[in-house]
Amino acid sequence: MTAAALVLAALLAAGCVVLVALPFLREPDPESDDLGELDEAERQRLELLEARDRALTALKELEFDHRTGTVSDEDYRQLVGPLRRDAATALQALERERGEAAADEDVRKGRPTRERTLSG
Amino acid sequence: MPELGHAALLVTLGLVLYALGAGAAAAHLGRRRLAHSARNALVAAFFSTLVAAAVLVTALVRHDFSLVYVAEHTSRELPTWYTISAFWGGQEGSLLLWLLVLTGFGALAVRLNRRWAGDLIVWVVPVFAAVATFFAFLLVAVANPFETQPAPSDGAGLNPSLQNPYMLAHPPLLYLGYVGLTVPFAFALAALLSGRTDERWLIATRRWTLLAWTALGVGQLLGAHWAYVEVGWGGYYAWDPVENAALMPWLAATAFLHSVMIQEKRGMLRIWNMVLVIGAFSLSLFGTFLTRSGVVNSIHSFTQSSIGPWFLGFIGVTVGVSLAVLFWRLPLLRSPTRLESPFSREAAFLYNNLLLLALCLTILWGVVYPLLSEAVRGESVVLGRSYYDFFLRIFGLPLLLLMGMGPLVAWRRASFRSLVTTFRWPTLVALVAGVVLILLGSGSSIPGLVTYTFASFVGATIVIEFARGTRARKALGATSWLGAFTSLIGRNRRRYGGYVVHAAIVLLAIGVAGSSAFQTVAPDTKLRPGQSMRVGGYTLRYRQLTQHQGANALEERAHLAVLRGGKPLGSLAAGKNAYAVEQQVSNEVGIRTDWLRLEDLFVIADQIDPNGTVYFRVFVKPLVNLIWIAGIVFVLGSVITLWPDAREQRRLVSRSYEVGIPAASS
Repeated sequence: MTAAALVLAALLAAGCVVLVALPFLREPDPESDDLGELDEAERQRLELLEARDRALTALKELEFDHRTGTVSDEDYRQLVGPLRRDAATALQALERERGEAAADEDVRKGRPTRERTLSG
Repeated sequence: MPELGHAALLVTLGLVLYALGAGAAAAHLGRRRLAHSARNALVAAFFSTLVAAAVLVTALVRHDFSLVYVAEHTSRELPTWYTISAFWGGQEGSLLLWLLVLTGFGALAVRLNRRWAGDLIVWVVPVFAAVATFFAFLLVAVANPFETQPAPSDGAGLNPSLQNPYMLAHPPLLYLGYVGLTVPFAFALAALLSGRTDERWLIATRRWTLLAWTALGVGQLLGAHWAYVEVGWGGYYAWDPVENAALMPWLAATAFLHSVMIQEKRGMLRIWNMVLVIGAFSLSLFGTFLTRSGVVNSIHSFTQSSIGPWFLGFIGVTVGVSLAVLFWRLPLLRSPTRLESPFSREAAFLYNNLLLLALCLTILWGVVYPLLSEAVRGESVVLGRSYYDFFLRIFGLPLLLLMGMGPLVAWRRASFRSLVTTFRWPTLVALVAGVVLILLGSGSSIPGLVTYTFASFVGATIVIEFARGTRARKALGATSWLGAFTSLIGRNRRRYGGYVVHAAIVLLAIGVAGSSAFQTVAPDTKLRPGQSMRVGGYTLRYRQLTQHQGANALEERAHLAVLRGGKPLGSLAAGKNAYAVEQQVSNEVGIRTDWLRLEDLFVIADQIDPNGTVYFRVFVKPLVNLIWIAGIVFVLGSVITLWPDAREQRRLVSRSYEVGIPAASS
C-alpha cells in the first residue's frame, strides 16, 4: 500500500469511527437511553387514527366519485351510510380513548378527575 | 490507488457488519444511542463505498491497467463515456454499483422517514445492513474490483454491444430498480420484526416502490430500444432470460402498487402485500444473479463467474427468513374487513393481482425450466417465444381490459345497473373501434384486433375519468377549465398520475401489437449497387458501400435511397462495425421513422460481400414508435404520482405527534 493510500484509508476509517461513535460522544451519560417504545394504549390510538383517516378519505373519495358520476345515486345511497358510521365509530372511539387517557393522567398526577370535580 | 479502494470496501464491510449487529441489539434491547450509532454506521458505509467507487472511476478514466478490472473492460481507444460506463459493464463494478446505491438508498430512506416512523426505522437499519453485508462481503472476498496485476500496454476493451449511448443509462436504471426494491423489503421486514404492522411501513415505502418500479420500467424500455437499434435482429424484446429477470420484479411490484391501495382503503390483503414485497425483492436478487452469474445463455450474460452459489445461498436465506418471520407474525396481519362483492374496485384489483402474479410465475418457470431440465436430464430445454407469447395473450389481454374496468367500479360494491351505466360509453367506443379496424383489414391477427379493441376501451375510460373529474372540479369553483384540470391532478396525484401510467400501457400495448402482429417482413434479398427491392409500399435502391475508420471501429455502411410511390423520401445506411481491439463485429441497422404513420422502415445488412454485394433483411413496423412514446408518457405519469404530497406529510407527522411516536434524532 502506498503511503498516500495508507493515510487516506486511515483518515476514512477514523472519520467513520467518529461518526459511528457520535451518539455516545454527544451524550456520554444520558438521563435515559430508552428508545421510547409505544405502549399498548398508544398503539391502539395509532390504529384508531388510521381507521379515522381511512374512513374520512373513503367518504371524501365517494363524494367526489358521486359528483363525477363514477358512482351512481343508487350506489352512493347504499355506500355512504356504512362509511359515515365507520367514520363516526372511529371518531367516538378516539374521543373515548382520549378521555380515558386524560383521566389516567389526572390520576397519575394526583389531580381530581373531571367526574370527581363535577360531583364534588 | 487500488489499495485505497480495497481499504474503503473493507471499511464498508466493517460498518455494515456493525450496523447489522448493533442495530439488531439496539432494536431488541431498546437502546437509543446504540440505534443512532447503527444508523450512522449505515450512513458512513455509503460514504466509504463512494470512496471505493471514486477510486474505480478514476482508475478507469486514467487507463490504469494494473487493475485487472480496468484491463479486462476498457482499452485506450475506448471513448471516455464508454470508459466510465465500464464501471457497470463488468461483474465486480456492477456489484460495487449495487452496494453504492443500496447504502445510499438506505441512508436516505432512514433519514426521510425518521420524523414519523422513528420506532420502525430502528428495525429497518439492521435489515438494510444485512443485505449490504452480503454485497460488501462479495466485493471484499469473491469479486474484488481492485485486484491488481503487472500492467499490460492496453486493455481488452468493452463488449461492442455495450458501446451504445443506451448502455450509459440502461444498466444503472435497472440497478436503481433492483436496489430500490430493497427499501419496501427492509420496511416490511422491520414492520414484521417489530410487530408494528400498522400502515406506516406502506406509506414509508410507497414512493420508493414507485421510484424503483419506474426505474425498472424505463430501464427495460431503454434496453428494448437498445436491442432494437443495436443488436440488429429486427425486434426489441426476445424473452431473453436476463430481460425476463427485470420484467419479473417489475410485475410483482406492479401487483404490490395496486394491492397496497386495497390495504390503505379497506385494511385488506395485509399478508398478501408482505408476500408481494418479499417476492419482488427476491426476484430482484434473482435478476442480479441471472445477469451476473453467467448461469444462463444470454446476450446480456457477459461473464462466467463464481458468485452464483453465493447468490443462490443468499436468495435462499432471504426467502426462508422472510417467510419464517411472516409466519410468526400472521396473527398480527389478520384483516379486519372482508371482500363484500366480486363487483367492486378491490375485487378488480385482486383479479389484476392474480393475473400479474400468474404472468410473473409463468415467466419464472420459462426462465428456470432450462436450468432444471439441464440439472435433471443433462440437457437444457429452452422454452421459446411461442410459450411466452401464448401466456402474454392469456394473462395480458384480460389485464389490459381490467385496467380500464377497475377505476370505474366503486369501492366495496357496485350494482349491476350502475356497471351498465358506467361502461356503456367505453364499450361503445371499443365496439366501434373493433368494427372499423376489421373494415380496415386488421382482422388478419385476432390477438392484434383484440388488443386494439381493449386498448380503445381503456383509452375511453381514461378520457371519461379526466373529463368527468375536470367538470366536477369546475363545478366546485375552479375559475377556468385549465385550472379545474390542474387542480384535479394536484388534489389526487396518485389517482390521476396512475391514469397517465395506464395511458402509457395502452400506447405500449398498441405499439407491441402493431409492430409484431401487423409487421411486413421482406425475405432476405441480395442486392448489388444500383439494384432495388420493394417492401410494404417502400422502394429501396442500393446505391453504394462505404468504409470509415471510427474512433475504435471500422464502420462499413450500405447506403440506400428510400422511395414511396415514386417519391424520394431520403436515404438510410445499414452495415457493420468491426472492433479491432475486441475482435468482434456488430450489426448497425438502418432505421427510417415516418412520424406521420408512426412506422419504421428497418433495414439489416445481414451479409456484406467483398465485391459490394449485400444481403438485406427489411421490416416495416407499424406503430412501433408508440412503444417509445409510451416510455415518455410512463415517466410523466410516474412523476405526477411520485410528486411529494405536503398534505399527506402533514397528516402523517400530526398523527405521529398525536400518538407520541418518538422521532429518531437527526
